[in-house]
Amino acid sequence: MRHIISPTDLTVSELGELLELAEEIIEDPTKYSDVCRGKKLATLFYEPSTRTRLSFEAAMLNLGGSVLGFSSADSSSAAKGESVADTIRVVSCYADICAMRHPKEGAPYVASIYSEIPVINAGDGGHNHPTQTFTDLLTIKNLKGRLNNLTVGFCGDLKFGRTVHSLINALSRYDNINIILISPEELTIPSYLRTGVLEANNIPYEEVRKLEPVIDKLDVLYMTRVQKERFFNEEDYIRLKDTYILDTKKMALAREDMLVLHPLPRVNEISVEVDEDPRAVYFKQAQYGVYVRMALIMKLLEIK
Amino acid sequence: MLNIGVLNRGIVIDHIKVGGAMKIYTYLNLENMDCSVAIIKNARSNKMGKKDIIKIEGMLDGINLDMLGVLDHKITINIIDNGVIIEKKNPQLPEYVENILKCKNPRCITSIEQGLPHRFKLIDKENGMYRCVYCEMSSKGEKL
Repeated sequence: MRHIISPTDLTVSELGELLELAEEIIEDPTKYSDVCRGKKLATLFYEPSTRTRLSFEAAMLNLGGSVLGFSSADSSSAAKGESVADTIRVVSCYADICAMRHPKEGAPYVASIYSEIPVINAGDGGHNHPTQTFTDLLTIKNLKGRLNNLTVGFCGDLKFGRTVHSLINALSRYDNINIILISPEELTIPSYLRTGVLEANNIPYEEVRKLEPVIDKLDVLYMTRVQKERFFNEEDYIRLKDTYILDTKKMALAREDMLVLHPLPRVNEISVEVDEDPRAVYFKQAQYGVYVRMALIMKLLEIK
Repeated sequence: MLNIGVLNRGIVIDHIKVGGAMKIYTYLNLENMDCSVAIIKNARSNKMGKKDIIKIEGMLDGINLDMLGVLDHKITINIIDNGVIIEKKNPQLPEYVENILKCKNPRCITSIEQGLPHRFKLIDKENGMYRCVYCEMSSKGEKL
């Protein structure tokens, strides 16, 4: 039995297989519409996340399986003080696989220790979000045709943005990756990523404060939202939330084949006028998210 | 240097970073042990300038002294018998430690999950750095 807690829980070759399966599903989704009949996915969401939860549920329904779960801690036994360990032991009796989102970092890992069913981390605090990473990788691979030889820029909240942390981790395993980190001083990446991932893997990276001077170097621009819920202090949030807004002016400086990704929801960091630009692929990315989750559920349930 | 009586049989924990002796005293639960203990603070040291030292009369059974390296990885442990040092060692940092360090990340699951052991993995032997296995936040033992 496998769990997916971190994006690096799959080897590069396993990840390659996962993305290949996802691309096969894209080619002919109907072929997979019944492969999970009789299987149940539990979505254990201790904090609200409509998008990720619906994506998981859509993935399982597309495979012919069914779903059960809760969408906030208030509507779960956590409100009565039940531990993650106890909850997962019980859920293991009801479902065949589960996706867990939790505001505390490491909660899905704790669940995986006590679980009898595969656990997928659907986002834990500011830590990891592996299925978003698989989504991002599938988007890049499908639209760029490769996962190596890329210069990828990350812009916005790089401190609390778990999607950023996960994707940097995953990209560090491919050849010839350059990373450009664009953020205010207060929202730079955590030191464990800088030393434990970028420097440990000899990934060339630079940290800059402005987007305009570097945008023309990028194959992929990964935009993020400054998330209100990650701040203890509202003043800091208000001061930093509008630091980077991607508009048509900035897009004019970028390469013609650059892709703009965003894990969504977008607030105002990408102005709506950019949506019409063919390089803006963040809505396609959401569709890729369903396909890659379908592939992941199949893989963890060992459905051929 | 201040002279504390010669130890015939016991343990001397030397080269403790200044201010760290009480932490080790507490970890070893020495206050509840029926033995003589001397804590020397701010002793002069050629190597460190100043250091703390703990002298314990008698042996500590069943205590993994390597664990002290997690609290301060530069300490030296001298085992003394018949008035002579029979063993001198620098603690080897264990690859994993449980319930010795406490994760300081307020967003870590250990901050709310009852009964969950605080488990850390060694990531940098040279600097005595550990990482929480749950949230991956780094900790330097001696700073805790």
